[in-house]
Order: sequence, then C-alpha cells, then structure tokens
Amino acid sequence: MALNIMQLATMFADKNPGITQGHRLCPGCAAPNVAKFALMTAESLGYTPVVGLATGCLEVSTTIFPYTAWNVPYIHNAFENVAATISGVETAYRALAKRGRIVDPDKKYAFFAFGGDGGTYDIGLQSLSGAVERGHKFIYIVYDNEGYMNTGNQRSGATPPGSQTTTQPVGKKLPGKIQLKKNIVEIMAGHENVYVATVSTSEPMDFFKKIEKALQFDGPAFIAAFSPCVRFWRVNDDKAVDISKLAIETGYWPLYEVERGVYRITKKVKELKPVKEFIEAQGRFRNLLKRPDADEIIGELQEYITRRWERLHILEEATKDKPIR
Amino acid sequence: MPEVKNRQAVTGAQAIANAMRQINPDVVAAYPITPQTPVVEYFAQYVADGAVDTEMIPVESEHSAMSAVVGAAAAGARAMTATAANGLALMHEIVYIAASSRLPIVMPVANRALSGPINIHCDHSDAMAERDSGWIQLWAENAQEAYDLTLIAVRLGEHEDVRLPVMVNFDGFIISHGVEVVDFLDDEVVKKFVGEPKVKYPLLDVNNPVTYGPLDLYDYYFEHKRQQIEAMKHVKRVFKEIAEEFEKISGRKYDILDKYKVDDAEYIMIALGSTAGTVKYTVDLLREQGHKVGLVKPWIFRPFPKKELQELLNGRKAVIVLDRSASFGAEAPVYEAVKSALYEVSDRPKLGSYVYGLGGRDIKVDHIKQAFEEAFSGNINTDEERYLGLRE
Amino acid sequence: MADLKGWKELAIGGVIDKPSTAKEYQTGTWRVIRPVYKPENCINCMFCWLYCPDQAVEIEVVDGKPKMKGFNYYYCKGCGLCANVCPKSNDKLPEEKRAIVMKPETEFQD
Repeated sequence: MALNIMQLATMFADKNPGITQGHRLCPGCAAPNVAKFALMTAESLGYTPVVGLATGCLEVSTTIFPYTAWNVPYIHNAFENVAATISGVETAYRALAKRGRIVDPDKKYAFFAFGGDGGTYDIGLQSLSGAVERGHKFIYIVYDNEGYMNTGNQRSGATPPGSQTTTQPVGKKLPGKIQLKKNIVEIMAGHENVYVATVSTSEPMDFFKKIEKALQFDGPAFIAAFSPCVRFWRVNDDKAVDISKLAIETGYWPLYEVERGVYRITKKVKELKPVKEFIEAQGRFRNLLKRPDADEIIGELQEYITRRWERLHILEEATKDKPIR
Repeated sequence: MPEVKNRQAVTGAQAIANAMRQINPDVVAAYPITPQTPVVEYFAQYVADGAVDTEMIPVESEHSAMSAVVGAAAAGARAMTATAANGLALMHEIVYIAASSRLPIVMPVANRALSGPINIHCDHSDAMAERDSGWIQLWAENAQEAYDLTLIAVRLGEHEDVRLPVMVNFDGFIISHGVEVVDFLDDEVVKKFVGEPKVKYPLLDVNNPVTYGPLDLYDYYFEHKRQQIEAMKHVKRVFKEIAEEFEKISGRKYDILDKYKVDDAEYIMIALGSTAGTVKYTVDLLREQGHKVGLVKPWIFRPFPKKELQELLNGRKAVIVLDRSASFGAEAPVYEAVKSALYEVSDRPKLGSYVYGLGGRDIKVDHIKQAFEEAFSGNINTDEERYLGLRE
Repeated sequence: MADLKGWKELAIGGVIDKPSTAKEYQTGTWRVIRPVYKPENCINCMFCWLYCPDQAVEIEVVDGKPKMKGFNYYYCKGCGLCANVCPKSNDKLPEEKRAIVMKPETEFQD
C-alpha cells in the first residue's frame, strides 16, 4: 500500500528520518528532502537504513566534525566511489550475516548511496556502473542539482544548455554549455538487472512509491531525484518545489521508471508547457536569454524534450508486459 | 591447483593466496594486475571451490577495490585486497583514506615499476610512492616471508594500539612467480593465530550509529593526524610481540631488522626485498676473502626502523644503501631515510647510495661486489648517487 | 579553541561515535525572515512538515492524527518553503487568513 503524508507525519512526529536538524545546507535546499523522503519511506516500511555519501553538498554540510546530522550508520569515503564503498558495506553485511556476526540480525537492512550529479554522472560513473553490474542490493540516489554546486557552480555532465556556470560561462562570444544533459536514466537502465526511476520532491507520493519499489526490487536500484539548487539556479529560497513542478509540467524532468526494461511514465502530463517557462523562471539562464541566439538554443532544447517525451510514450507502449528478463 | 599443505614448492603468489585461504577473510575485493594477478586467480578458485566462504567482490578497478574494502572494513569485516604498480597508484587516494579511517586492511603488493613508460617488472617505485600514506609497510625477501608476513599483518593491523592498514610487499615476478619451497602452517594453527577479527566502531552496529568520513577542518584534522602518528609509534613493539608468538607456532623468527653477519661487520649493506638474498650470498663470498661485511634487511620500512638502525650502524666503517626506486630531484627513499637517521649517531659511518634494478633490471652478485669494493677502497661518497647495472 | 578536545580524547579515525550530534548546532541564526504560525488558519495538511529542509516544523500526534505545533526557531533558516507549499498561505490570500506568514527578523526582539 502506498504511503501517504499523514501516515509518515504520524510516524515521524517525534523522531528524525535518518537525517536530522543542524545540517548546514543552504536555506531552501532540496537535497535534504531527497534524503528525508527516501529514508522515511525505508524506515516506515520496516527497513533499517545504512547510508553512504559521495563528497558533495549533502555530505559536507551534514557531517562537519564533530557534528553529524545523521542518526543512522553513515559512511563517506571520497567523491567518485560511493557506489564501490557501499558495495563493500553491503558485501560485509552478507559475509557477517553468514558468519553470525551481525549485531541485530532480525532487522531488515537497506543500503543507500547518495551522490550529487558530479559524483554520479561524471567522476563516479565507473564506480556506479561496476556496483550495479555486480548486482549489489543497494539503492543509489542522485540528487541532481545540475552542477558542482558544493564548490560554487561548475559545469557537470548534468548541466543543461545555456545554464550559467563558472567553468563554462555564458560569455560575449560563447553561449556557455551547448551540450544536452547526459541521459543518466538510460545509461543506468542499460545495466539490465536494475530498477531505475526519476523522482521529484514535488511529487511526494510518486517518490515514496518508487523508493518502496526500489526497496523491494531483487537487485540494485537507481533513483534520479530532481534537486533544485536555489543558490545557483538563482531562484528565491522558497522555490525548490515550484521549479520542480515546472520541470515536470514542461517535460524537462519526466517522471518515469524502467523496471527490467519495461518503461512506465508515472506522471502523465496532458499538454507540456513550453520549456521556456522553466528557463525564464531561473536566474541561471539570464545571460542566455540576453543573447541573440537564445531562441535557437532554447528551440533545440524544446525539440529534444518534445521528442524524448514522444519516445518515452512509444517505449512505454512497446515494452508493456515485456520485461527483458 | 593441488591442495597446498605443509612443505610445498610454490610461487610467492600461491603462498600468499594460501595465506589468504587460511585467514579466510570476511571480504576480499580485488582487481587483477600483473604481477599480482595469480594471487587473485588462486584465491578466486578457492572461493569458487568453497575452500573459503569469503565474500569476494570482483570490482571494476583498483580504485573500487580499495573503496570497497574501506566500506567492508568500516562495516566490521576483516577485509583484504592485493595489487601492484599502476593499480596501487590508482588506489592512491583511497590508500590514504583507509589509513586515516584507521581500518586494518591487509594488502599484499607485488612490487612492480610504475609507468611510464609502461613496464611490468619489479621495482619498488609503487610502494615507495605510498610510504607517507599512513600504512604499515612490511617487506618480504622470498615466498616464505611473504606467506608469514601476510599472516602477521592481520594481527598487527587489528591490534588495539595500532588499528592501521598493512601493505605486505613482495617483489613482482621474482617472488610472485618464482617457485620456492615454502613451509605452510596447518589451517587450524593459522585460524587460531589470526583469531576472530577485532573491530572498532562497526558501521553495521545499527543500534549505535556512527559516522565515518566526516568533513574534518582546521579545528580537528590536525588532532586526527596526531593520532595516526601515535599509532605508528606502537607498531614496532606490537610487531615484536606478534613475531614472538609467531615464532612459537612456526619456528621462524621475525624482527624489525633481518641482520645477516653484522656482529663484526665493518661494511654493512642495506636492501629491501628479494635482493637481500643475493646480498647474503655475496656477503658469504666476500667473507671467504676476509672482508668483514654484512647485510641489514628491514622487514618493516614504515614505520621506519630509525632507532634500530642507529644502534646497529653507529661506528661501522661504511654503510651501503641499495634502492630499487629513484626519487627524482632528491635522494633515493631508503638512502634518504638511513642517512637522516645517522645524523644523530656519535660515530657516523661513511655512506654510499646505489640505485639498481629499475623496471626489473637484474641485480647480480658482481653488482653487489662492485658496491662493496668501492667502499673497501674508500671510493664512497655520501653526496653521490650511483647506479648498478646501468649502461652509460 | 579552549573547549575543543585534544587528540587523546577523540575517537580514532575521524569517526563521530555518536549519532545526531548536529542537533546541538544552531542554524536558526542564519534566518532573516521568519515564518509565523497562525494555528487558527491551519488545516494540518503537513505540507510544511514534509517540505521543511531543516526539520524545523514541530508536530504532535493528537487522537492518532498529526497536528502542527509551530516552528523550532533554533533550526529554522527562514527559507520560506513552508509558506510557499502551504495551501492556506498563497499570495492571493490576505495575511490574516494565512496559516504561515513570513516576516522580517527585524520585527522581532528575540
């Protein structure tokens, strides 16, 4: 049965859902809610989470020694290796369980890895691919804020075209980043033995449901969470949810899942809004909008989004009831 | 592969794999690289055949191998990996993290030249690049020592006063692929010797959640480094204690330094690893000719055996240091450390630095004789790095 | 740095050996605008609780149902997300009808 907000509030009225107060993420950041939504779901379903973090906003801001904003077992190793690290933890769990050395063997352990888009799309991709291919039972969640925000907004493979970054700025001559965002969902879905889904905190029920599926899936899961960075997307502190809604309504961030090759769009948007609305709502595209070629760049993005949306529907239809294994 | 027991002619890789079989670690994560590959292959076969019930992670790189064993060790598992050369270099970032997280991982390293240009043969440039990483470094002369030191390493790293990862160095190809006679202990004896893993702050104790790897800024990082410095200070004492225990079960004696005919020696050579065997042979030859020569082979290079070398080398006529790696723009690593140690002794010997064997270049008796003879004739210069077996 | 621990007093390995220690860390000092709760307008939908990135919304369970209690200003960073997601606090509603009103910190003494 799908969880709802009232149930979760009742359950967590007087306890922390894995992550606690006192972290130093920017006001209005979406990342702590990504962690909170995922871990609340796990705990409410009777799982005991063990979390690994890649270096990034969520990591540095929650564990400044001697302060930790986690009340569950937590390990950070480095930037590019959270998947390998949690694969070691998960393997140790199996080894110790076999040898009767688990402290509390009756509990259901759930292994989570959180990484930003830098630690996932870019520097951590090999480690992630390896861990998923090996089939470790873990849930990898990327909080995708479309750049290296922890270090001040550098370009990543997840940065969209025309977004202002410090390492590929929109200049007088060059238009900034022109490449499309890497399609991490398709990359991960190509690993065969995996449950892959996109989520957004603006659709909490869909988010909870997908974490539940990921927990119950017999194998690794990869969840891409849209995670606005209010600071470097140049929006007001209270806009993370508004921007997320707009991303879904424009088709910029389609909500869907791929389970053993079967595609399913979980949020059908009747008529997509123009992506320009998403772009105009954020200061990070201000310099792009000033350029004479703005319409051309936005037009190309629009065309891509429209085609991807159509393609998703085709895939949904074509793969219906035809799991690949 | 035949079942290995008691006295067998085996390669060093087989000897180490057999040590790993007897240790039966909770988790092994490894990626193959020449010349370490047979260690992983033999061990994987043990796993496949059920000779161990270790959970093995066939990772996609050495970086992930070290990352996974860090995760496993933090979780509360006894974890091992093995590597060589570029694999160790790829691990480098996480090698430091393993040590600073105080995780007693044991890692045999089949020493091989670092690229580039790429080379697969023995030298010590891989391990020397990690000498300040916070790992204990043990050095084996042959397959027997590689086996013994791997067993000792488990106990050493896990000791309450130490809690550090241990690298067991054994020369690539020369030891890893060379066949030698090795005396193995019985499985039960090893099992008793290594005992149950001793864990501290296990991540999987979900009832007492801990945080590993926090952001440690200027207000605490220094204190954590000081703790690592302190842990290293306990290593030699603990090693001696464990070596004593090991002698009782094996009859084989280990110490900080392996001393060969040094009591009356006027000229002492220092060498790590398999070369020490060739030096011992040369020492015998030169002694037959009436030269008072000897060899010191550190079994431990990190922590550096400074006090032990000071005591031993004070008042000798000359000390010749062999290095199987270069330090570009500075003195070779073993030489530099020995020279620094001898600054404090009352009667400093003359010192000579010889770099040899890079990229697997053979070291022969004649080379060692040459270095000794230069010292006998007074042709020795503290400030000059010389090369054995190099074409001009 | 007088109250900082010396190296002999710390757990080894950089480990933080207790959970949730960040709860001692006050993030409320960052706040420049303050959410003010008006219980009379609240429908207890729990959106503010769900979305607060700092878990600064305090709730309690009354008769099996979650009820909004108010804000914990020790942690609240004043992002205003609570008011933005509150169905009873949108810009079209007059201030007196809203359940959460954002006010500048300068209006408060404490």
